Amino acid sequence: MPKKEKPNTREVRIIDREKMNALINQLAERILEKNQDLSEVTLVGIRSRGTHLARRIAEKIFEKCGNRVPVGILDITLYRDDLRSRIDQPMLVRTEIPGPIEDRNIILVDDVLFTGRTIRAAMDGIMDMGRARMIQLAVLVDRGFRELPIRANYTGEYVPIKSDQTIRVRFAEDGEEDGVILREVP
Amino acid sequence: MAWGKRKDLLGIEDLSREEIETILDTAESFKDVSRRQIKKVPALRGVTVVNLFLEPSTRTRTSFELAGKRLSADVINISASGSSIIKGESLKDTACNIEAMNTDILVFRHSKAGAAHFLSKVLKCSVVNAGDGAHEHPTQALLDLYSIREKTKRIEGLTVAIIGDIAHSRVARSNILALRKMGAHVRVAGPATMIPAGVEKLGVDVTYKIEEAVEGADVVMMLRIQQERQGKNLFPSIREYSRFFGLNRARLKGAKKDILIMHPGPINRGVEIAPDVADGPYSIILDQVTNGVAVRMAILFLYSGAAL
Repeated sequence: MPKKEKPNTREVRIIDREKMNALINQLAERILEKNQDLSEVTLVGIRSRGTHLARRIAEKIFEKCGNRVPVGILDITLYRDDLRSRIDQPMLVRTEIPGPIEDRNIILVDDVLFTGRTIRAAMDGIMDMGRARMIQLAVLVDRGFRELPIRANYTGEYVPIKSDQTIRVRFAEDGEEDGVILREVP
Repeated sequence: MAWGKRKDLLGIEDLSREEIETILDTAESFKDVSRRQIKKVPALRGVTVVNLFLEPSTRTRTSFELAGKRLSADVINISASGSSIIKGESLKDTACNIEAMNTDILVFRHSKAGAAHFLSKVLKCSVVNAGDGAHEHPTQALLDLYSIREKTKRIEGLTVAIIGDIAHSRVARSNILALRKMGAHVRVAGPATMIPAGVEKLGVDVTYKIEEAVEGADVVMMLRIQQERQGKNLFPSIREYSRFFGLNRARLKGAKKDILIMHPGPINRGVEIAPDVADGPYSIILDQVTNGVAVRMAILFLYSGAAL
Protein backbone atom coordinates (compact mmCIF):
# COMPACT_ATOMS: atom_id res chain seq x y z
CA MET A 1 0.00 0.00 0.00
CA PRO A 2 1.61 3.32 -1.03
CA LYS A 3 2.00 5.67 1.93
CA LYS A 4 0.84 9.27 1.80
CA GLU A 5 3.78 11.54 1.09
CA LYS A 6 4.33 14.90 2.73
CA PRO A 7 3.48 17.61 0.16
CA ASN A 8 6.80 19.41 0.37
CA THR A 9 8.97 16.31 -0.12
CA ARG A 10 11.29 16.58 -3.13
CA GLU A 11 11.59 13.40 -5.12
CA VAL A 12 14.14 12.49 -7.77
CA ARG A 13 14.05 9.29 -9.77
CA ILE A 14 17.70 8.26 -9.71
CA ILE A 15 17.24 4.84 -11.29
CA ASP A 16 14.60 4.35 -13.98
CA ARG A 17 12.80 1.25 -15.13
CA GLU A 18 15.37 0.14 -17.71
CA LYS A 19 18.30 0.70 -15.37
CA MET A 20 16.56 -1.17 -12.56
CA ASN A 21 15.88 -4.08 -14.88
CA ALA A 22 19.56 -4.11 -15.89
CA LEU A 23 20.66 -4.07 -12.23
CA ILE A 24 18.40 -7.01 -11.39
CA ASN A 25 19.79 -8.83 -14.41
CA GLN A 26 23.30 -8.16 -13.17
CA LEU A 27 22.45 -9.47 -9.70
CA ALA A 28 21.14 -12.69 -11.26
CA GLU A 29 24.29 -13.09 -13.33
CA ARG A 30 26.59 -12.63 -10.36
CA ILE A 31 24.58 -15.06 -8.29
CA LEU A 32 24.88 -17.61 -11.09
CA GLU A 33 28.63 -17.02 -11.33
CA LYS A 34 29.26 -17.56 -7.63
CA ASN A 35 26.87 -20.46 -7.01
CA GLN A 36 27.77 -23.42 -9.16
CA ASP A 37 25.20 -25.76 -7.66
CA LEU A 38 21.85 -24.02 -8.04
CA SER A 39 19.99 -27.01 -6.59
CA GLU A 40 21.18 -25.96 -3.12
CA VAL A 41 20.08 -22.33 -3.46
CA THR A 42 16.94 -20.80 -1.93
CA LEU A 43 16.23 -17.11 -2.45
CA VAL A 44 14.57 -15.60 0.61
CA GLY A 45 12.98 -12.19 0.17
CA ILE A 46 12.53 -9.99 3.21
CA ARG A 47 8.97 -8.84 2.94
CA SER A 48 7.59 -7.02 1.25
CA ARG A 49 9.84 -5.39 -1.34
CA GLY A 50 12.59 -7.92 -0.82
CA THR A 51 10.09 -10.58 -1.88
CA HIS A 52 9.36 -8.73 -5.13
CA LEU A 53 13.08 -8.48 -5.84
CA ALA A 54 13.69 -12.15 -5.01
CA ARG A 55 10.96 -13.21 -7.45
CA ARG A 56 12.42 -10.98 -10.18
CA ILE A 57 15.89 -12.42 -9.66
CA ALA A 58 14.50 -15.97 -9.75
CA GLU A 59 12.79 -15.13 -13.05
CA LYS A 60 16.07 -13.84 -14.53
CA ILE A 61 17.91 -16.94 -13.39
CA PHE A 62 15.25 -19.07 -15.07
CA GLU A 63 15.63 -17.12 -18.33
CA LYS A 64 19.38 -17.62 -18.25
CA CYS A 65 19.70 -21.28 -17.39
CA GLY A 66 16.23 -22.80 -17.21
CA ASN A 67 16.46 -23.63 -13.51
CA ARG A 68 13.70 -22.74 -11.08
CA VAL A 69 15.21 -21.52 -7.83
CA PRO A 70 12.78 -21.72 -4.88
CA VAL A 71 11.73 -18.37 -3.41
CA GLY A 72 10.67 -17.87 0.22
CA ILE A 73 9.13 -14.99 2.15
CA LEU A 74 10.59 -13.92 5.49
CA ASP A 75 8.77 -11.67 7.95
CA ILE A 76 11.34 -10.33 10.40
CA THR A 77 8.86 -8.51 12.66
CA LEU A 78 9.35 -10.92 15.57
CA TYR A 79 13.12 -10.45 15.42
CA ARG A 80 13.26 -6.65 15.21
CA ASP A 81 15.33 -4.89 17.86
CA ASP A 82 12.92 -1.92 17.87
CA LEU A 83 9.76 -4.00 18.17
CA ARG A 84 8.74 -2.72 21.58
CA SER A 85 9.59 0.92 20.92
CA ARG A 86 7.16 1.19 18.02
CA ILE A 87 3.79 2.71 18.71
CA ASP A 88 1.88 0.43 16.36
CA GLN A 89 2.20 -3.32 16.58
CA PRO A 90 3.22 -4.18 13.04
CA MET A 91 0.97 -6.63 11.24
CA LEU A 92 2.55 -10.04 10.84
CA VAL A 93 2.82 -11.69 7.48
CA ARG A 94 3.29 -15.40 7.37
CA THR A 95 6.86 -16.54 6.80
CA GLU A 96 6.88 -19.14 4.05
CA ILE A 97 10.10 -20.87 3.12
CA PRO A 98 9.80 -23.83 0.78
CA GLY A 99 11.49 -26.99 2.07
CA PRO A 100 13.83 -27.39 5.04
CA ILE A 101 16.55 -24.80 5.70
CA GLU A 102 19.01 -27.50 6.74
CA ASP A 103 22.16 -27.48 4.56
CA ARG A 104 20.67 -25.02 2.07
CA ASN A 105 22.52 -22.12 0.54
CA ILE A 106 20.25 -19.23 1.54
CA ILE A 107 20.48 -15.96 -0.35
CA LEU A 108 18.67 -13.22 1.56
CA VAL A 109 17.24 -10.57 -0.74
CA ASP A 110 16.23 -7.02 0.19
CA ASP A 111 15.66 -3.81 -1.74
CA VAL A 112 17.77 -1.39 0.31
CA LEU A 113 20.70 -2.05 2.63
CA PHE A 114 21.01 0.68 5.25
CA THR A 115 21.84 0.17 8.94
CA GLY A 116 22.10 -3.62 8.64
CA ARG A 117 19.65 -4.20 11.49
CA THR A 118 17.05 -5.78 9.22
CA ILE A 119 19.65 -8.23 7.94
CA ARG A 120 20.75 -9.08 11.49
CA ALA A 121 17.12 -9.86 12.33
CA ALA A 122 16.71 -11.89 9.14
CA MET A 123 19.80 -13.99 9.91
CA ASP A 124 18.48 -14.75 13.41
CA GLY A 125 15.14 -15.74 11.88
CA ILE A 126 16.77 -18.08 9.38
CA MET A 127 19.00 -19.67 12.01
CA ASP A 128 16.02 -20.43 14.26
CA MET A 129 14.50 -22.40 11.41
CA GLY A 130 17.52 -24.63 10.92
CA ARG A 131 21.22 -24.73 10.17
CA ALA A 132 21.76 -23.37 6.70
CA ARG A 133 25.05 -24.29 5.08
CA MET A 134 25.57 -20.69 4.05
CA ILE A 135 23.73 -17.36 4.18
CA GLN A 136 24.45 -14.69 1.57
CA LEU A 137 22.94 -11.30 0.92
CA ALA A 138 21.78 -9.62 -2.29
CA VAL A 139 20.46 -6.03 -2.36
CA LEU A 140 19.41 -3.69 -5.12
CA VAL A 141 20.68 -0.50 -3.46
CA ASP A 142 23.29 0.01 -0.75
CA ARG A 143 22.74 3.44 0.74
CA GLY A 144 25.61 3.26 3.21
CA PHE A 145 25.61 4.30 6.89
CA ARG A 146 25.83 0.87 8.47
CA GLU A 147 25.33 0.45 12.22
CA LEU A 148 26.39 -3.22 12.25
CA PRO A 149 29.31 -5.08 10.66
CA ILE A 150 27.29 -6.38 7.70
CA ARG A 151 28.06 -6.30 3.98
CA ALA A 152 26.18 -7.59 0.92
CA ASN A 153 27.63 -10.32 -1.33
CA TYR A 154 25.76 -8.89 -4.32
CA THR A 155 24.95 -5.19 -4.67
CA GLY A 156 23.06 -3.63 -7.59
CA GLU A 157 24.15 -0.07 -7.04
CA TYR A 158 25.97 1.81 -4.30
CA VAL A 159 24.19 5.12 -3.62
CA PRO A 160 25.76 6.97 -0.68
CA ILE A 161 23.22 9.52 0.51
CA LYS A 162 22.96 12.13 3.23
CA SER A 163 21.14 11.57 6.50
CA ASP A 164 18.26 13.89 5.58
CA GLN A 165 17.57 11.87 2.44
CA THR A 166 15.78 8.58 2.06
CA ILE A 167 15.66 6.00 -0.66
CA ARG A 168 12.65 4.07 -1.80
CA VAL A 169 12.51 1.30 -4.37
CA ARG A 170 9.23 1.01 -6.23
CA PHE A 171 7.90 -2.13 -7.83
CA ALA A 172 5.22 -2.67 -10.45
CA GLU A 173 3.90 -5.43 -8.15
CA ASP A 174 2.69 -2.69 -5.78
CA GLY A 175 0.98 -0.79 -8.59
CA GLU A 176 3.82 1.72 -9.00
CA GLU A 177 6.31 2.28 -11.78
CA ASP A 178 9.61 0.42 -11.33
CA GLY A 179 12.40 2.68 -10.18
CA VAL A 180 14.51 4.00 -7.32
CA ILE A 181 13.44 7.32 -5.81
CA LEU A 182 15.65 9.64 -3.79
CA ARG A 183 13.66 11.78 -1.40
CA GLU A 184 14.73 14.88 0.45
CA VAL A 185 12.82 15.79 3.57
CA PRO A 186 13.27 19.53 4.11
CA MET B 1 -5.83 -2.89 9.60
CA ALA B 2 -3.46 -1.04 11.89
CA TRP B 3 -3.63 -2.50 15.37
CA GLY B 4 -2.32 0.42 17.39
CA LYS B 5 -2.06 0.42 21.12
CA ARG B 6 -4.58 -1.37 23.23
CA LYS B 7 -4.42 -2.32 26.84
CA ASP B 8 -6.84 -5.06 27.80
CA LEU B 9 -8.64 -8.04 26.32
CA LEU B 10 -11.67 -8.40 28.54
CA GLY B 11 -14.26 -9.95 26.29
CA ILE B 12 -15.40 -10.64 22.76
CA GLU B 13 -18.05 -8.00 23.37
CA ASP B 14 -15.47 -5.21 22.91
CA LEU B 15 -13.98 -6.57 19.66
CA SER B 16 -15.07 -5.72 16.13
CA ARG B 17 -15.20 -8.29 13.37
CA GLU B 18 -12.12 -6.67 11.83
CA GLU B 19 -10.20 -6.96 15.08
CA ILE B 20 -11.16 -10.62 15.44
CA GLU B 21 -9.90 -11.29 11.92
CA THR B 22 -6.61 -9.54 12.66
CA ILE B 23 -6.11 -11.72 15.75
CA LEU B 24 -6.84 -14.91 13.77
CA ASP B 25 -4.50 -13.89 10.94
CA THR B 26 -1.73 -13.07 13.41
CA ALA B 27 -2.23 -16.46 15.08
CA GLU B 28 -1.48 -18.16 11.77
CA SER B 29 2.11 -16.93 11.80
CA PHE B 30 2.50 -18.17 15.34
CA LYS B 31 1.17 -21.60 14.53
CA ASP B 32 4.17 -21.98 12.23
CA VAL B 33 6.51 -21.13 15.12
CA SER B 34 5.06 -23.97 17.22
CA ARG B 35 5.72 -26.43 14.41
CA ARG B 36 9.42 -25.63 14.14
CA GLN B 37 12.20 -27.53 15.83
CA ILE B 38 13.18 -24.36 17.70
CA LYS B 39 9.78 -23.26 19.00
CA LYS B 40 10.79 -19.80 20.07
CA VAL B 41 11.01 -16.28 18.67
CA PRO B 42 12.50 -13.30 20.52
CA ALA B 43 9.50 -10.99 20.04
CA LEU B 44 8.62 -10.52 23.74
CA ARG B 45 12.11 -10.70 25.19
CA GLY B 46 12.13 -8.82 28.48
CA VAL B 47 8.33 -8.79 28.82
CA THR B 48 6.92 -10.18 32.07
CA VAL B 49 3.67 -12.13 31.96
CA VAL B 50 1.95 -13.24 35.17
CA ASN B 51 -0.74 -15.91 35.02
CA LEU B 52 -2.98 -15.28 38.01
CA PHE B 53 -5.42 -18.17 38.07
CA LEU B 54 -7.77 -18.10 41.03
CA GLU B 55 -9.79 -20.96 39.60
CA PRO B 56 -8.45 -24.36 38.56
CA SER B 57 -7.18 -24.80 35.01
CA THR B 58 -4.75 -27.00 33.15
CA ARG B 59 -5.39 -26.20 29.49
CA THR B 60 -5.73 -22.44 29.58
CA ARG B 61 -2.92 -21.85 32.06
CA THR B 62 -0.49 -24.19 30.31
CA SER B 63 -1.49 -22.72 26.97
CA PHE B 64 -0.80 -19.14 28.11
CA GLU B 65 2.44 -20.23 29.76
CA LEU B 66 3.71 -21.92 26.60
CA ALA B 67 2.52 -19.01 24.47
CA GLY B 68 4.53 -16.57 26.58
CA LYS B 69 7.61 -18.79 26.63
CA ARG B 70 7.56 -19.34 22.88
CA LEU B 71 7.63 -15.57 22.51
CA SER B 72 10.61 -15.36 24.93
CA ALA B 73 8.61 -13.57 27.65
CA ASP B 74 9.23 -14.36 31.33
CA VAL B 75 6.16 -16.17 32.63
CA ILE B 76 5.13 -16.70 36.24
CA ASN B 77 2.14 -18.69 37.45
CA ILE B 78 0.20 -17.95 40.59
CA SER B 79 -2.72 -20.04 41.79
CA ALA B 80 -5.10 -19.38 44.66
CA SER B 81 -3.74 -22.12 46.89
CA GLY B 82 -0.16 -20.95 46.61
CA SER B 83 -0.90 -17.25 47.11
CA SER B 84 -1.54 -14.88 49.97
CA ILE B 85 -5.19 -14.72 48.99
CA ILE B 86 -5.76 -17.59 51.39
CA LYS B 87 -4.21 -15.40 54.11
CA GLY B 88 -6.95 -12.88 53.41
CA GLU B 89 -5.20 -10.43 51.07
CA SER B 90 -7.71 -8.62 48.87
CA LEU B 91 -7.75 -9.16 45.13
CA LYS B 92 -6.86 -5.54 44.51
CA ASP B 93 -3.86 -5.70 46.84
CA THR B 94 -2.64 -8.94 45.32
CA ALA B 95 -2.91 -7.50 41.81
CA CYS B 96 -1.24 -4.20 42.72
CA ASN B 97 1.64 -6.08 44.33
CA ILE B 98 2.12 -8.16 41.21
CA GLU B 99 2.07 -5.02 39.10
CA ALA B 100 4.57 -3.32 41.42
CA MET B 101 7.11 -5.92 40.29
CA ASN B 102 6.90 -4.38 36.80
CA THR B 103 4.59 -6.91 35.27
CA ASP B 104 3.59 -6.10 31.69
CA ILE B 105 0.68 -8.46 31.14
CA LEU B 106 -1.59 -10.04 33.74
CA VAL B 107 -3.51 -13.07 32.52
CA PHE B 108 -6.36 -13.44 34.94
CA ARG B 109 -8.96 -16.07 35.79
CA HIS B 110 -11.54 -15.64 38.52
CA SER B 111 -14.82 -17.26 39.53
CA LYS B 112 -16.75 -13.98 39.56
CA ALA B 113 -18.07 -12.24 36.46
CA GLY B 114 -16.52 -8.80 36.00
CA ALA B 115 -13.35 -9.57 37.98
CA ALA B 116 -11.12 -8.88 34.96
CA HIS B 117 -12.93 -5.58 34.26
CA PHE B 118 -12.34 -4.56 37.84
CA LEU B 119 -8.59 -5.27 37.65
CA SER B 120 -8.27 -3.53 34.29
CA LYS B 121 -9.45 -0.31 35.95
CA VAL B 122 -7.11 -0.70 38.91
CA LEU B 123 -3.98 -1.65 36.96
CA LYS B 124 -1.88 0.15 34.38
CA CYS B 125 -0.53 -3.08 32.91
CA SER B 126 -2.43 -5.10 30.30
CA VAL B 127 -5.11 -7.45 31.60
CA VAL B 128 -6.13 -10.49 29.57
CA ASN B 129 -9.31 -12.18 30.73
CA ALA B 130 -8.78 -15.95 30.90
CA GLY B 131 -12.31 -16.55 32.15
CA ASP B 132 -14.43 -14.59 34.63
CA GLY B 133 -17.25 -16.59 36.20
CA ALA B 134 -20.11 -17.24 33.80
CA HIS B 135 -19.33 -14.05 31.88
CA GLU B 136 -16.65 -14.36 29.18
CA HIS B 137 -13.69 -16.48 28.08
CA PRO B 138 -12.52 -14.55 25.02
CA THR B 139 -9.40 -16.54 24.14
CA GLN B 140 -11.42 -19.77 24.11
CA ALA B 141 -13.89 -18.28 21.61
CA LEU B 142 -11.02 -16.97 19.48
CA LEU B 143 -9.29 -20.35 19.36
CA ASP B 144 -12.63 -21.97 18.52
CA LEU B 145 -13.10 -19.54 15.61
CA TYR B 146 -9.55 -20.22 14.49
CA SER B 147 -10.11 -23.98 14.60
CA ILE B 148 -13.33 -23.73 12.60
CA ARG B 149 -11.78 -21.38 10.04
CA GLU B 150 -8.78 -23.68 9.65
CA LYS B 151 -11.04 -26.57 8.64
CA THR B 152 -13.79 -24.83 6.68
CA LYS B 153 -11.88 -21.75 5.40
CA ARG B 154 -14.81 -19.53 6.37
CA ILE B 155 -17.11 -18.77 9.27
CA GLU B 156 -19.74 -16.58 7.63
CA GLY B 157 -22.89 -18.51 6.81
CA LEU B 158 -22.01 -21.62 8.85
CA THR B 159 -24.50 -23.08 11.28
CA VAL B 160 -23.05 -23.77 14.70
CA ALA B 161 -24.93 -25.65 17.45
CA ILE B 162 -23.87 -25.05 21.04
CA ILE B 163 -25.23 -27.73 23.33
CA GLY B 164 -25.29 -28.00 27.09
CA ASP B 165 -25.38 -25.64 30.04
CA ILE B 166 -25.70 -22.35 28.14
CA ALA B 167 -26.69 -20.38 31.23
CA HIS B 168 -23.57 -21.10 33.28
CA SER B 169 -21.07 -21.18 30.44
CA ARG B 170 -18.68 -18.32 29.68
CA VAL B 171 -17.48 -20.36 26.71
CA ALA B 172 -21.00 -20.36 25.26
CA ARG B 173 -21.43 -16.65 25.81
CA SER B 174 -18.11 -15.65 24.24
CA ASN B 175 -18.69 -18.03 21.34
CA ILE B 176 -22.21 -16.78 20.67
CA LEU B 177 -20.92 -13.19 20.55
CA ALA B 178 -17.93 -14.10 18.38
CA LEU B 179 -19.81 -16.34 15.94
CA ARG B 180 -22.58 -13.77 15.47
CA LYS B 181 -20.02 -11.05 14.79
CA MET B 182 -18.43 -13.24 12.14
CA GLY B 183 -21.78 -13.89 10.45
CA ALA B 184 -22.46 -17.49 11.52
CA HIS B 185 -25.89 -18.82 12.49
CA VAL B 186 -25.99 -20.07 16.07
CA ARG B 187 -28.35 -22.56 17.68
CA VAL B 188 -28.31 -23.36 21.35
CA ALA B 189 -29.76 -26.48 22.91
CA GLY B 190 -30.03 -27.90 26.40
CA PRO B 191 -32.51 -28.57 29.19
CA ALA B 192 -34.86 -25.62 29.71
CA THR B 193 -33.26 -25.01 33.12
CA MET B 194 -29.93 -24.36 31.39
CA ILE B 195 -31.12 -21.99 28.68
CA PRO B 196 -31.05 -18.42 29.97
CA ALA B 197 -34.19 -16.35 29.53
CA GLY B 198 -33.89 -13.87 26.68
CA VAL B 199 -30.97 -15.64 24.99
CA GLU B 200 -32.76 -15.04 21.64
CA LYS B 201 -31.79 -11.39 21.98
CA LEU B 202 -28.20 -12.43 21.16
CA GLY B 203 -29.47 -13.56 17.75
CA VAL B 204 -29.56 -17.31 18.37
CA ASP B 205 -32.19 -19.99 17.80
CA VAL B 206 -33.24 -22.10 20.76
CA THR B 207 -34.21 -25.75 20.80
CA TYR B 208 -34.64 -28.25 23.59
CA LYS B 209 -33.84 -31.31 21.50
CA ILE B 210 -30.28 -32.27 20.69
CA GLU B 211 -31.39 -33.98 17.45
CA GLU B 212 -32.85 -30.71 16.16
CA ALA B 213 -29.69 -28.84 17.04
CA VAL B 214 -27.41 -31.31 15.28
CA GLU B 215 -29.47 -31.64 12.10
CA GLY B 216 -27.89 -29.65 9.28
CA ALA B 217 -25.27 -28.06 11.56
CA ASP B 218 -21.74 -27.53 10.25
CA VAL B 219 -20.26 -27.44 13.74
CA VAL B 220 -21.39 -28.84 17.09
CA MET B 221 -19.86 -27.46 20.25
CA MET B 222 -20.50 -29.56 23.32
CA LEU B 223 -20.22 -27.86 26.69
CA ARG B 224 -18.98 -29.40 29.86
CA ILE B 225 -21.48 -30.01 32.63
CA GLN B 226 -20.00 -27.75 35.30
CA GLN B 227 -20.68 -29.56 38.50
CA GLU B 228 -18.68 -26.97 40.46
CA ARG B 229 -20.86 -24.07 39.32
CA GLN B 230 -24.22 -25.58 40.13
CA GLY B 231 -25.89 -24.33 43.24
CA LYS B 232 -29.09 -26.21 42.61
CA ASN B 233 -30.05 -29.26 40.66
CA LEU B 234 -30.79 -28.27 37.09
CA PHE B 235 -31.45 -31.83 35.97
CA PRO B 236 -32.45 -34.93 37.89
CA SER B 237 -29.29 -36.99 37.37
CA ILE B 238 -26.10 -37.20 35.31
CA ARG B 239 -27.46 -40.36 33.72
CA GLU B 240 -30.62 -38.65 32.63
CA TYR B 241 -28.72 -35.65 31.27
CA SER B 242 -26.54 -37.96 29.27
CA ARG B 243 -29.55 -39.81 27.90
CA PHE B 244 -31.24 -36.66 26.64
CA PHE B 245 -28.38 -34.33 25.85
CA GLY B 246 -25.24 -36.41 25.48
CA LEU B 247 -23.71 -36.58 22.02
CA ASN B 248 -23.26 -40.15 20.82
CA ARG B 249 -22.94 -41.94 17.50
CA ALA B 250 -26.66 -42.58 17.14
CA ARG B 251 -27.38 -38.85 17.41
CA LEU B 252 -24.90 -38.12 14.62
CA LYS B 253 -26.72 -40.35 12.11
CA GLY B 254 -28.69 -37.48 10.58
CA ALA B 255 -25.75 -35.05 10.76
CA LYS B 256 -23.79 -33.55 7.87
CA LYS B 257 -21.03 -35.80 6.59
CA ASP B 258 -18.31 -33.20 7.26
CA ILE B 259 -19.59 -32.00 10.64
CA LEU B 260 -17.01 -30.75 13.14
CA ILE B 261 -17.32 -31.76 16.79
CA MET B 262 -15.77 -29.44 19.35
CA HIS B 263 -15.43 -29.31 23.12
CA PRO B 264 -13.56 -26.73 25.19
CA GLY B 265 -12.45 -29.36 27.71
CA PRO B 266 -12.14 -30.82 30.20
CA ILE B 267 -14.39 -33.60 28.90
CA ASN B 268 -16.75 -35.55 31.09
CA ARG B 269 -16.52 -38.73 29.05
CA GLY B 270 -19.85 -40.48 28.82
CA VAL B 271 -21.75 -37.49 30.20
CA GLU B 272 -22.04 -34.75 27.56
CA ILE B 273 -20.04 -36.62 24.94
CA ALA B 274 -19.51 -40.33 24.27
CA PRO B 275 -15.86 -41.45 24.14
CA ASP B 276 -16.14 -42.77 20.58
CA VAL B 277 -17.43 -39.37 19.43
CA ALA B 278 -14.81 -37.40 21.34
CA ASP B 279 -12.06 -39.55 19.79
CA GLY B 280 -13.88 -40.06 16.50
CA PRO B 281 -13.22 -38.80 12.98
CA TYR B 282 -15.29 -35.58 13.25
CA SER B 283 -13.68 -34.46 16.47
CA ILE B 284 -11.28 -31.50 16.35
CA ILE B 285 -11.00 -31.32 20.13
CA LEU B 286 -7.22 -31.72 20.19
CA ASP B 287 -6.77 -29.30 17.26
CA GLN B 288 -8.50 -26.76 19.47
CA VAL B 289 -5.84 -27.29 22.13
CA THR B 290 -2.99 -26.98 19.60
CA ASN B 291 -4.48 -23.81 18.14
CA GLY B 292 -4.99 -22.37 21.61
CA VAL B 293 -1.25 -21.79 21.98
CA ALA B 294 -1.02 -19.97 18.63
CA VAL B 295 -4.04 -17.78 19.38
CA ARG B 296 -2.69 -16.88 22.83
CA MET B 297 0.70 -16.04 21.32
CA ALA B 298 -1.14 -13.63 19.02
CA ILE B 299 -2.98 -12.11 21.99
CA LEU B 300 0.16 -11.63 24.09
CA PHE B 301 1.97 -10.18 21.07
CA LEU B 302 -0.82 -7.78 20.11
CA TYR B 303 -1.56 -6.61 23.65
CA SER B 304 2.04 -6.29 24.83
CA GLY B 305 2.38 -2.82 23.32
CA ALA B 306 0.13 -1.30 25.93
CA ALA B 307 2.71 -1.38 28.69
CA LEU B 308 5.18 0.86 26.81
